[in-house]
Amino acid sequence: MKFAVVVFPGSNCDQDCIHILRNVLHQEVTAVWHQDASLDDAQCVILPGGFSYGDYLRTGALACFSPIMAAVQDFADQGGLVLGICNGFQILLEAGLLPGAMLRNRSLRFVCKPQLLRVENNKTPFTHLYGEGRLIQVPIAHGEGNYFLDPEGLEQLRKNKQIVFRYADATGNASSEANPNGSVDNIAGIINAAGNVLGMMPHPERSSEAVLGGADGLLLFQAAIAYLAERG
Amino acid sequence: MWKAEIHVTLKDAVLDPQGKAVRSVLGSLGYSAVEKVRIGKYLEMVLNVDSRAEAERQLDEICHRVLANPVIEQYDYQLVEVPR
Amino acid sequence: MLKPEEIKQTQAWKAMGLKDEEYQRICEILGRLPNYTELGMYAVLWSEHCSYKHSRPLFKYFPTKGPRILVGPGENAGAVDIGDGLAIVMKVESHNHPSAVEPYQGAATGVGGILRDIFTMGARPIANLNSLRFGNPQDEHVRRLVRGVVAGIGDYGNCTGVPTVAGEVGFADCYSGNCLVNAMSVGLAPHELITQAVADGVGNPVMVVGSTTGRDGIHGATFASAELSEENEEKRPSVQVGDPFTEKLLIEACLELIQSGVVVGIQDMGAAGLTSSSAEMAGKAGCGIEMDLTLVPQRETGMNSYEIMLSESQERMLVVPKAGTEEQVKAIFAKWGLHAVVVGRVTGDGMLRIFHHGQLAAEVPAKSLSTDGAPAYVPPAEKPAYLDELWQYDFQQLPDLELEEIQEAFWQLLTSPNIVSRRWVWEQYDHHVQLGTLVGPGSDAAVLRLPGTKRGIALTIDCNSRYCYQNPRVGAALAVAEAARNIYAGGGEPVAITDGLNLGNPEKPDIYWQLRETVLGIAEACEALGTPITSGNVSLYNETEGQAIYPTPIIGMLGVLEDAQKHATIAFKNAGDLILLVGELGEELSGSEYLEVRRQLIAGPGPKLDLAAEKRHGEFCRTAIAQGLVNSCHDISDGGLAVALAECAMAGRIGAQVRLHSSKRRDGLLFGESQARYVLSLSEEDYEAVRDLAVEHGVPISLLGRVGGAEFAVELGENRVIEADLQKMLELWNTGLERLLGEK
Repeated sequence: MKFAVVVFPGSNCDQDCIHILRNVLHQEVTAVWHQDASLDDAQCVILPGGFSYGDYLRTGALACFSPIMAAVQDFADQGGLVLGICNGFQILLEAGLLPGAMLRNRSLRFVCKPQLLRVENNKTPFTHLYGEGRLIQVPIAHGEGNYFLDPEGLEQLRKNKQIVFRYADATGNASSEANPNGSVDNIAGIINAAGNVLGMMPHPERSSEAVLGGADGLLLFQAAIAYLAERG
Repeated sequence: MWKAEIHVTLKDAVLDPQGKAVRSVLGSLGYSAVEKVRIGKYLEMVLNVDSRAEAERQLDEICHRVLANPVIEQYDYQLVEVPR
Repeated sequence: MLKPEEIKQTQAWKAMGLKDEEYQRICEILGRLPNYTELGMYAVLWSEHCSYKHSRPLFKYFPTKGPRILVGPGENAGAVDIGDGLAIVMKVESHNHPSAVEPYQGAATGVGGILRDIFTMGARPIANLNSLRFGNPQDEHVRRLVRGVVAGIGDYGNCTGVPTVAGEVGFADCYSGNCLVNAMSVGLAPHELITQAVADGVGNPVMVVGSTTGRDGIHGATFASAELSEENEEKRPSVQVGDPFTEKLLIEACLELIQSGVVVGIQDMGAAGLTSSSAEMAGKAGCGIEMDLTLVPQRETGMNSYEIMLSESQERMLVVPKAGTEEQVKAIFAKWGLHAVVVGRVTGDGMLRIFHHGQLAAEVPAKSLSTDGAPAYVPPAEKPAYLDELWQYDFQQLPDLELEEIQEAFWQLLTSPNIVSRRWVWEQYDHHVQLGTLVGPGSDAAVLRLPGTKRGIALTIDCNSRYCYQNPRVGAALAVAEAARNIYAGGGEPVAITDGLNLGNPEKPDIYWQLRETVLGIAEACEALGTPITSGNVSLYNETEGQAIYPTPIIGMLGVLEDAQKHATIAFKNAGDLILLVGELGEELSGSEYLEVRRQLIAGPGPKLDLAAEKRHGEFCRTAIAQGLVNSCHDISDGGLAVALAECAMAGRIGAQVRLHSSKRRDGLLFGESQARYVLSLSEEDYEAVRDLAVEHGVPISLLGRVGGAEFAVELGENRVIEADLQKMLELWNTGLERLLGEK
């Protein structure tokens, strides 16, 4: 498969995503500079984590005006797979590809730690290799992961099964104690209504090799590859 | 030339963790009269346009598109004419 | 600005921190009176911070050479060969004073500065570490400092995408008015890309790249701004503000530039900005530089030559590329949204010649400004009076712990400020980014894998400053020994250090004595452990109201692992594993956390130093880890044996049952901090091999007990003296620092 990882000024997880895709999963990957206009013929686009434009103004707010985002928008409209991780998720929100917005963590502190997630929807191109309700460990590292959406919008997400991951504790309970940032309804990741654009705060690329403490995140990339292979 | 003083603030329905923290510190310092704190952004901008109407048109667009995120934020501004 | 004659009449050099004889020396060097800009340039570069004038004569004692050392002290950072054609570049630097004034920005710009020292060497920064010291964590002012410093370090490192993988935080009253913020950065480069800070090749252009220049940070706080200019200008901010976003772009742009092969020399504009970078780069090459300040991109209007030369605006670099490549340099920086501007050229006459608005603003021999040209002092030294009193203490008079007191003392130590988990701190640092971190914060050493090689590195930063207060020489040597122990415990071979010396005012004989002893202690230990000094930093005058801090020589150490996968962590792994002590059961109490926490006592000369044993015991542990014989390894430090065992159990989330047989003092046995010791765990079937290896290395070992269960228990002979539920321990341990800081 051919992946494109978009590099914004201030992206810092771009090389990590490329490493996992290229060296662990042996896929074709290109780094696409934010000022490029084309995604070439990529089959899946990743917006990586980092601090695009230093998180200045609002997280993701300036990156969503980069030239490449028009191509990402078109690609998504045509049903292409788009994955936004951490800052990439924030950019997708600002670009309007996903609903809602990010606020500062409830603690007002940056938090970097292993985090348990409950897979809420395993019928997406990115999660079909997980069992429904399965607990996976994927690290988080962010200062603004406090997802916000108004009650009506939230109801819509629930109804459409657009909530893909929730923060949970070891017993699988999406409790307030298990919520690391104050995110509404413990939301860690959501997908668009069409089911091809996923945004998530946790970093699957950081849990894709056992030597780094776990490989639960690898299944997410493998799922995308399998989905694309089947779709042809 | 018009100078705009722009305030971007969180909508009332949106929790403001920073404001909450400041409110709590003020309370513990004995400022019990402080009932609510909301933290926002203040921006200054100078626009090279001839009329107030044109300045307003551009500002609304800029605020809506870039400076404020309508999902969580609202904005307002004051315009003052400044010498070129 | 004052005229040369006016400077002479008003003795303006004094306010800049120059001594009368130093002003005389400047007049002799120039053969005339210096103008205001020139005087400012000398004042900053001849300051302690830039010239190390009180410490430099001591550096001759430092071992700085070895087969692995590619670049020693004197460059932006040191470089160490780790095999496979790769080099590790590293340095530690203090940002104590700025952090005391504005903790968030002070700490953030400290990280920014040390990162620039690394990537100007051509190395990609792959890890940050830091060493922090504060006063009492229950003091509201101290809490504000801790919050600000930790957030500042975190935000800067996180945004630039460099993982913060290890560090240490210490609390003691002597740091109340004088917190310490020492930041270390580590980079990776192929040998051929290692770049130095030289302005060589007459005719080559001199370029300023990165951020614009403003009035921030000029000359610290020693100056009233009214003296700077005839006009009455607004008060200038002296706090520098960090811009980690620009830094991230600078990292990428500079590395791309260096890879393109056009760079002759490159240097960060750190302290004293344009002055130090130009003088040092020209001085080192034996060349001169001619610059026109009018060309320097400025963010404020009306800046004079003095201000432009001394500005400490952040995220700027001075680059000397090969002549004719200017456009290539500009294109690389433009891609990253940064400017690169030619401001001058390299000359052959050794002079630093500065023009501003068409006028000659300064003209001084470059070498006279650089470290080698600055004055150096050897002040009188005198052993401090407090030491004799400390050393006379008779431990016989100290009552031992009663059996029933032990449990309480254990809990007290476990939750004491210097021992309790630092989780609250390191959870604010991204320690995963770049996907290299095999062992992150919370173990003895961080262990990183590296792209392009099977080898790995181990990193640590350490100092027990109470030991240094009790015996500066031995304490400094113990700081090196502890760093080495942490490297060994991670499975690495210690290969080099970078040091950050933090002390009081060297012009006081007792402080200078401490400084000299500190240097000698480090030198001795580095010699014995085979870890030369590659780079370092000195921060003196750390005093408030005449009270100096403890001598605090921070040791950042690099270790190499032949196979990154063959490392160890402190965590107990499997139920049924044997627990082994490496070294002897001890009863030394001097210098221990126990003595201070439980008895409010600092007494005696500190723990004993045995460098030969450190090396022997460490090599034994490293070999056992490399051979895959042990499942965990932890050195014994603050809190002694009982705390070390508890840490292993908590890290592994598994209990342990330990039984000690000894007639030694109970307090010393459990909580004493005798050195050169480790706790290992291993499966029973490997025991014989480990025992044989210990005999081969001449290392004493003894069996302490077994891993397993949900309880942590210690028996002294027949008495069960510690009995603790692991869940409860974890809860108190993980949240202890938050509670001390009033965050929870």
